[in-house]
Amino acid sequence: MMTTMEIFKTEKEALATVQSNQTIMVGGFGLVGAPLTLIDALVELNVKDLTIISNNLGEQGKGLGKLLLQKKVKKAIGSYFTSNRDVGEAYQRGELEIELMPQGTLAESIRAGGAGIGGYYTKTSVGTDLAKGKEIKVIDGEEYVFEKALKADVAIIRAHKADTLGNLIYYKTARNFNPIMATAAQYVVAEVDEIVEVGQLKSDEIVTPHLFVDGVIVAKKVLTKEGVVDNG
Amino acid sequence: MANPIQELIAKRAAQELREGEVINLGIGIPTLVSKYVEDKKVFFHTENGMLGVEDVLEEKMDPNLVNAGKQPVGEGVGSSFFNSADSFGMIRGGHIDVAILGVLQVDREAHIANWAVPGKNIIGVGGAMDLLEGAKKVIVTTTHTSKDGKSKIMKECTYPITSNRSVDMIITELAVFRYLDGNLHLTELMPGVRLEEVEKNTEAEFIKSLE
Repeated sequence: MMTTMEIFKTEKEALATVQSNQTIMVGGFGLVGAPLTLIDALVELNVKDLTIISNNLGEQGKGLGKLLLQKKVKKAIGSYFTSNRDVGEAYQRGELEIELMPQGTLAESIRAGGAGIGGYYTKTSVGTDLAKGKEIKVIDGEEYVFEKALKADVAIIRAHKADTLGNLIYYKTARNFNPIMATAAQYVVAEVDEIVEVGQLKSDEIVTPHLFVDGVIVAKKVLTKEGVVDNG
Repeated sequence: MANPIQELIAKRAAQELREGEVINLGIGIPTLVSKYVEDKKVFFHTENGMLGVEDVLEEKMDPNLVNAGKQPVGEGVGSSFFNSADSFGMIRGGHIDVAILGVLQVDREAHIANWAVPGKNIIGVGGAMDLLEGAKKVIVTTTHTSKDGKSKIMKECTYPITSNRSVDMIITELAVFRYLDGNLHLTELMPGVRLEEVEKNTEAEFIKSLE
């Protein structure tokens, strides 16, 4: 089915198709490059048993951390959960499954998922607890561990600007996981600072071509030096 | 407030860097190393997606321009930004010359443990395993002992190791060790430190190879 890119007015509309038991990728490295408006909207949804793929699970009581406190997260896949104590506690109580991955494996698995690759072999984590139970293969005399690709039902991401076709550009280190998550989900919504007319982004500067993007929305929450504030 | 022990270790680590190298700095003491490179032109890489990291003045701080420790940084001339998969491709693909990392423990075979403590809520690995696997040279910067006075340079790590790969060098406030031919070599005492202090505070056996 041919779909057109939608420019959403409200974040509720943007996430209208999200359901319980889905897998959701969330961009960002901590709060930097996280889709703060869409995360807040996700917290408001009446859904449960979500699997969240994101480098962190927010901070204590903030961002995705709120979703955890509401017990809507069944499983978290990411690389660094230490900074949110609630994650460890929920895990110890048996309320949350965790799949901890090296950050490079997390990124590469998402990239592979978006590129039609089922899995791949990497040297990272060989010989450590994180490789336990995984297939080991010797290639040219060196051990590699098999890692499966990651895909999701939904990706919510943060970009700097979108054009009305859905082409995206990013801002400095707020790029991080966002462009690869845009490739690896069935339904992709990007939260941006500004939506411009087609032609205003130079073809040379576009990082995520529009074919990956299903919807865009202007950010209502932005990260500033003073923390997260309402936009405008 | 600068901690003089950490600054001392960082300063010594900076002496290991060579003109033109691409360097990745871990969180903690490693982050301080950039202050001490002086006139050497090196390129700092940060795994959240940037090459050409520089220190930044407070008035120029940008909340969306940070290093792996989520601290604000600046952008040098010729710097670039890239996504997480490309960034770790640089690391895992062997394109980083030196990684400087902090540790919880290091063993006599120079394996490090820096990502998990059994029974505690430390469930974060970040880029540590990737850097150990891919960086051409790995330097550990750490205090010699933990807060309770136990040696961090142990016969065997009691915490889960980060990689099968041995690190190349360990720099503490007491000494410098190099891992050569399957052994830890004490190659240098830090200024004013006596050999007995190093012996007393190091659980792992080592070969005295003082220059």
